[in-house]
Amino acid sequence: MDRPLTENIRPGAPPDIDAYERAGGYRALRKVLKDADPKGLIQTVIDSHLRGRGGAGFPTGRKWSFVPGGEKAAHPVYLIINGDEMEPGTFKDRLLLEGNPHQLIEGIILGGYAIQADIAYIFLRQEYTVAERCCSRAIAEAYDRGYLGRNILGSGFSLELYLHTSAGRYICGEETALLNALEGRRAIPRAKPPFPPVVGLWGKPTIVDNVETICNVPHIAEHGADWFRALSRCGDGGTKIYGASGRVKKPGLWELPMGVTIREILEEHAGGMRDGFQLRGIIPGGASTEFLSADQLDVKMDFDSVQAAGSRLGTGTMIILDDRTCPVGMVLNLMRFFARQSCGWCTPCREGLPWLARALEAIENGEGRLEDMEILRRHTGLLAPGHTFCALAPGAVEPLQSALTLFEDDFIRHIREKRCPWRK
Amino acid sequence: MLTKQEMTEIQAELNRYEQKRGGCIEALKTVQRHRGWISDESLAELADFLEMTTDDLDSVATFYNLIFRKPVGRHIILMCTSISCWVMGSEEVLHYIEEKLGIKPGETTADGRFTLIPNVCLGACDHAPALMIDGSLHGDLDAQKIDEILAGYE
Repeated sequence: MDRPLTENIRPGAPPDIDAYERAGGYRALRKVLKDADPKGLIQTVIDSHLRGRGGAGFPTGRKWSFVPGGEKAAHPVYLIINGDEMEPGTFKDRLLLEGNPHQLIEGIILGGYAIQADIAYIFLRQEYTVAERCCSRAIAEAYDRGYLGRNILGSGFSLELYLHTSAGRYICGEETALLNALEGRRAIPRAKPPFPPVVGLWGKPTIVDNVETICNVPHIAEHGADWFRALSRCGDGGTKIYGASGRVKKPGLWELPMGVTIREILEEHAGGMRDGFQLRGIIPGGASTEFLSADQLDVKMDFDSVQAAGSRLGTGTMIILDDRTCPVGMVLNLMRFFARQSCGWCTPCREGLPWLARALEAIENGEGRLEDMEILRRHTGLLAPGHTFCALAPGAVEPLQSALTLFEDDFIRHIREKRCPWRK
Repeated sequence: MLTKQEMTEIQAELNRYEQKRGGCIEALKTVQRHRGWISDESLAELADFLEMTTDDLDSVATFYNLIFRKPVGRHIILMCTSISCWVMGSEEVLHYIEEKLGIKPGETTADGRFTLIPNVCLGACDHAPALMIDGSLHGDLDAQKIDEILAGYE
């Protein structure tokens, strides 16, 4: 079983609880509840080298270990699954939500048991309507069979699981903005520290994990940390759902060992570029990661390798830039997105991003000046990490700053020719 | 006044949160499902029920782009304008829809049939360009396909 996450995926017709159990589902849960060692499960997840699949790559088991335990610990403890997948170019969690919701639910119960949570939420973006139906049905089935609710399988452990559907706004995917959204407030990020594992939803200890992350947990619990690490081709454990979109022959998603190269994903799985199109650049993991160049195909798609190459793994779903698409137009599209999605709380993001978008718009429309290049460069520094409350603005300037280097000639051509060379 | 049906549905959501206001976004969505949009009157009724001030609830309602504080058409078109769809030609598709319906993004057709709204990535990047109408996803769009899809919504 080298593709545990997608082996039983049935998009559109996900396995019901009987089919899921026949395929070995909820076996890991029974085993873990029998062992009655939540700390042991955290240790197994630490040993598995599972890193968060939402983009930041924080070690999952370590995050879980930050929840204060013991008799005096605050309750309720919350576990929240971030299913607010809205990073442009990212469509991996939808596959898991629609294709096998019981895998997610079993992961939630296990994660909840590890941190001794009382209440769990799946935070789902409103547009994922199929996922909403699939998850609602699966949650009801899991309650019926005693996997959720009071005294699960007679273990003494209780967990309520609720599905929350949101109402838009990219910023809800930010961990602390998500907490505010769940509290029925404007989804504005919180100042950190304190961090959510200690002070989270309604001030209570809260773990927020990505959908793909938590879907790995049943497999780790059943087969162990060594098995999970062996799935990978690098130091991080497990497989990864990679994706590719843009002008490739076969855009899609593939579960592959963590650490495969961009070349393998692009050429073997995505079928290479469409006829008549040349590869010019790769955004490796969603809109807020830096461009890699066409000669960086041998970079391995794991957290550390992509970082060493000057970008981030992010969500692992690549967006491909071809030679018939204008790189300035591409960065402008990204910047308009980020400017529109700024929550408006802190000034550099609220004021800076629309300003960058206008500067890029001027260049794209042939009204740019050479000095604009320097101004754009300087502002990537002004919006860098440390100047804002959350990662939205720093993420927004990642593709920009790499494009200013990689596609500098294209920017200059726009300015000199006073037009976009890609437009007729 | 909130209807009995609306109150029952909202109450079921409120029970899932430690504090009452936790359910306010789902409450707004419930009212919108029944009435199409959130008018000032709806907002005041709901704020009363949730024990929030109207301004407080409005600050939440106006933050989330899928809560409508203006009347909308019978069908909502959410057109993905994010990066993968843009690379695959979403601008042309959007222009085609604008011309066909005679409206700009954010507007509603005169007959109240469609409201056109640009949207963040719909997570259908392998079938770009994509759009969503009333919660149903449509991908691999071109002009001919748009004609067929729109014909299905009266």
